[in-house]
Amino acid sequence: MADVMSMEDIRATAARLNVDLSSLDLDSIRLPAGEDFGVISDDEDLKKDESLEFEEGFGNIIVVDNLPVVPKEKFEKLEGVVRKIYSQIGVIKEDGLWMPVDPDTQKTLGYCFIEYNTPQEAELAKEKTNGYKLDRSHIFAVNMFDDIEKFMKVPEEWAPPETKPYTPGENLQKWLTDEKARDQFVIRAGSDTEVLWNDARQSKPELVYTRTYWTESFVQWSPMGTYLATVHRQGAQVWGGATTFSRLMRYAHPQVKLIDFSPGERFLVTYSSHEPSNPRDTHRVVINIFDVRTGKVMRDFKGSADEFAIGGTGGVSGVSWPVFRWSGGKDDKYFARIGKNVVSVYETETFALIDKKSIKVENVIDFSWSPTDPILALFVPELGGGNQPARVSLVQIPSKEELRQKNLFSVSDCKMYWQSNGDYLAVKVDRYTKTKKSTYTGFELFRIKERDIPIEVLELENKNDKIIAFAWEPKGHRFAVIHGDNPRPDVSFYSMRSGTNTGRVSKLTTLKGKQANALFWSPAGRFIILAGLKGLNGQLEFYNVDELETMAQGEHFMATDVEWDPTGRYVVTAVTSVHEMENGFNVWSFNGKLLYRILKDHFFQVILVRPRPPSFLSPEKEEEIAKNLKKYSKKYEAEDQDVSMLLSEQDREKRRMLKEEWERWIGEWKRLHEEEKLERQKLRDGEASDEEEEYEAKEVEIEELLDVSEEVISFD
Amino acid sequence: MRPILMKGHERPLTFLKYNRDGDLLFSCAKDHNPTVWFADNGERLGTYRGHNGAVWSCDISRDSSRLITGSADQTAKIWDVKSGTPLFTFNFDSPARSVDFAVGDQIAVITTDPFMGLTSAIHIKHIARDPDDRMAEIGESVLILKGPQGRINRAVWGPLNRTIISAGEDTLIRIWDSETGKLLKESDKEEGHKKPITSLSKSADGSHFLTGSLDKSAKLWDTRSLKLIKTYVTERPVNAVTMSPLLDHVVLGGGQDASAVTTTDHRAGKFEAKFYDKILTEEIGGVKGHFGPINALAFNPDGRSFASGGEDGYVRLHHFDPDYFNIKL
Repeated sequence: MADVMSMEDIRATAARLNVDLSSLDLDSIRLPAGEDFGVISDDEDLKKDESLEFEEGFGNIIVVDNLPVVPKEKFEKLEGVVRKIYSQIGVIKEDGLWMPVDPDTQKTLGYCFIEYNTPQEAELAKEKTNGYKLDRSHIFAVNMFDDIEKFMKVPEEWAPPETKPYTPGENLQKWLTDEKARDQFVIRAGSDTEVLWNDARQSKPELVYTRTYWTESFVQWSPMGTYLATVHRQGAQVWGGATTFSRLMRYAHPQVKLIDFSPGERFLVTYSSHEPSNPRDTHRVVINIFDVRTGKVMRDFKGSADEFAIGGTGGVSGVSWPVFRWSGGKDDKYFARIGKNVVSVYETETFALIDKKSIKVENVIDFSWSPTDPILALFVPELGGGNQPARVSLVQIPSKEELRQKNLFSVSDCKMYWQSNGDYLAVKVDRYTKTKKSTYTGFELFRIKERDIPIEVLELENKNDKIIAFAWEPKGHRFAVIHGDNPRPDVSFYSMRSGTNTGRVSKLTTLKGKQANALFWSPAGRFIILAGLKGLNGQLEFYNVDELETMAQGEHFMATDVEWDPTGRYVVTAVTSVHEMENGFNVWSFNGKLLYRILKDHFFQVILVRPRPPSFLSPEKEEEIAKNLKKYSKKYEAEDQDVSMLLSEQDREKRRMLKEEWERWIGEWKRLHEEEKLERQKLRDGEASDEEEEYEAKEVEIEELLDVSEEVISFD
Repeated sequence: MRPILMKGHERPLTFLKYNRDGDLLFSCAKDHNPTVWFADNGERLGTYRGHNGAVWSCDISRDSSRLITGSADQTAKIWDVKSGTPLFTFNFDSPARSVDFAVGDQIAVITTDPFMGLTSAIHIKHIARDPDDRMAEIGESVLILKGPQGRINRAVWGPLNRTIISAGEDTLIRIWDSETGKLLKESDKEEGHKKPITSLSKSADGSHFLTGSLDKSAKLWDTRSLKLIKTYVTERPVNAVTMSPLLDHVVLGGGQDASAVTTTDHRAGKFEAKFYDKILTEEIGGVKGHFGPINALAFNPDGRSFASGGEDGYVRLHHFDPDYFNIKL
């Protein structure tokens, strides 16, 4: 900034121009867009140094009201008391405590300002001490300094809010009406985020929308595909619309790290953890639950990371994500979180605890919801050195009635897997062997929908096999297990029904020695991909479980991710930037035919296929369609043929164009080459220009005498 | 046909060049001895001893009597092809990278690397017909061109020796006037390469040329107008390019950076020579074999064989099967 006017200069100029500076709000001056009159914006500097912004803001100042009014003699004592209270919460800045004194009476005015190091501390102080009883007549009223201004502006008279005229919103599900019934997916590569149609007929993706720097950390589809959420430093945003992606709503949550939608897309949970100013303290965690449509905060949870870290491990800094798990079903009625010895279940009507109290379960460490019904499955580990058995119990919400319970002995670990319709629950139990030196695995299978919830125990034929992966068939009754030892484990398929008896689990088949470490069922069931990701070089096997046969085998070298589209027609495999090379994705048909392949450098985020809301067709109707598939498919086959005809036509046309263009180049080059012939000869000292001679393949016959031997043949 | 493996170098190959008749193949490597081979059966004919550093490139005169080599020992040497004796040495202050004879073999262009504070430069030198004749006096450069940032990986002559085409680390292709040293044209930043250009190969008649770059693509340009004609996209950084003089094929060689190779499976390296249709820019096929990145490629002038040189120190000589000439897309 070369020429900055000093305040003196400004005053002088103002006086010259007869402008009353005191009546002028300098901040209200706006320059026309795109014109700066040579005034360099200060904002550039602010962006460069964020901490500067922090220092200048008043976000870290609180105002404490309702302090006692004391004369001068007692001033220091009061200040000491206030300082003692507030320095417990955070570090008060040097000279950060200011208690104004009435100049006439020399008494305090009954309030003070406290400046903390960080806004987070100030926020915490406000929460903790608002309503603090110093004594009977002095109850603190604590507010953020920034809020005071806001409160001052509240008009005295209540004015009825203006009713805005109704503007019809966009059809947020327009993408479902795509004529070719294609699916969308989003990818993040480099600084670009792209939404693409998967156009399998054309063997290439078609761009829907692209934007650079769309997000600062990641993007996520809502569970039914209506919204695309982007995550930024300031909060999250959702995008959607009929034709393109426009911003629908913003959810302010500074430094948001993780987000989670409720299954019915009604609510959005955002999570952030903040570095404490005192390194001995734990991280502070802030969780907000927003209403997706209105953007209102429905409830917020704040606390130290420890309060949220009980139960499962993993996630960010000890907090397992999602902290709040939503009950199944699309109505988003309940959500729950686990605490020390409790499971807290909230309902979304009032965002309060059911019956105003949590469910007490001693030592509970894991829980999960049925994906369809308000049923909680809880796991309590072994206690007292095995005297008290581990326990899995199913609890009905909101009645909190225990539906079923199963005690388990010598358990080391336990994992719960729900079938997508909530029909079955599989509990994988790792048990210690008698010596307690090793573990073996078995399954407890619950039939939720049957009377009294019968439980069946399943053990693998070889009890010592390690379980590498487990997966239920979506909407089905089968499940697949990878068991055995790497690198060539076995894959087994089981059904919850057996031929004669519907109430018994039966094994369908075992595939020996497969290079697989992950299972991916088609969302429509029936087909499954056995994938050997990462270390296993991206081996893919497309398996039909109805026929119990392998449809195809493929390989996507170094593949890190596999994802089905929601209709179960296509599969995407991807190599993300965890590997340096070969970043990109392949699109396969459900039966293992490679359709196309796209390479992208710095491919950050796995392909996310846009989910679809559940079908409105009844199961009977679906069955009917499946039966008469030939009739329905005719139309599409004809279309497919048209497209492929058109494509080959286009291809031929393109090739012809390219050839013609190339001929033109060749002609031009020949002409110029001819023109320069003489000059070239001159450069070669007149050496005959033999350069245009054509090479001919000459047949040269070479006879080589390898060996000469003489033999005397005698005549008889 | 089975490729012929030619093991004569102890260090990675850097450059390959056939003579005009296509009966001799010259190879340069990071060991100090350029080597000449029979292009037909891969028999080694001899080496050119005298350099004291990696040899980066070479060129052969039209009558196959003179060889010029550029080396990291800060010299470029002219050799008698037949006897292998060095005839003359050009001394520079920094390593010589690329060498190229002009039409008529009376001048040559030599590029030098940025070194110890010196910037890269393109030198134009006179070559005398008769080695005994005034050779010493013409060691001076006729013209020195400077300007491009970073290394100039390749500089070749344009039509009628009127221009010089250079390409290198700053991703741009430049055309210079070889008389005045003026910069005539510069490739468009938008449509040009995004990463350093590693190689440049002219067509047989010099009307167009192909550049390979670490941005995993190769591009075909018109020599006179510097117009971009085609782009060939691959999965790997491109280290070497060449064009078939017979068919409309281009060959791209490369692979993962040598420093990253050991961290990956041999299949991940993709050390293949990839064939592309020159006009349709579609991949036709690949020739596997090297177990390190391909650093050099050259087509026999008759278009019936090609040679590849790799980081693995091998030269592989491939004679095409008859099927190759019947490829239809």
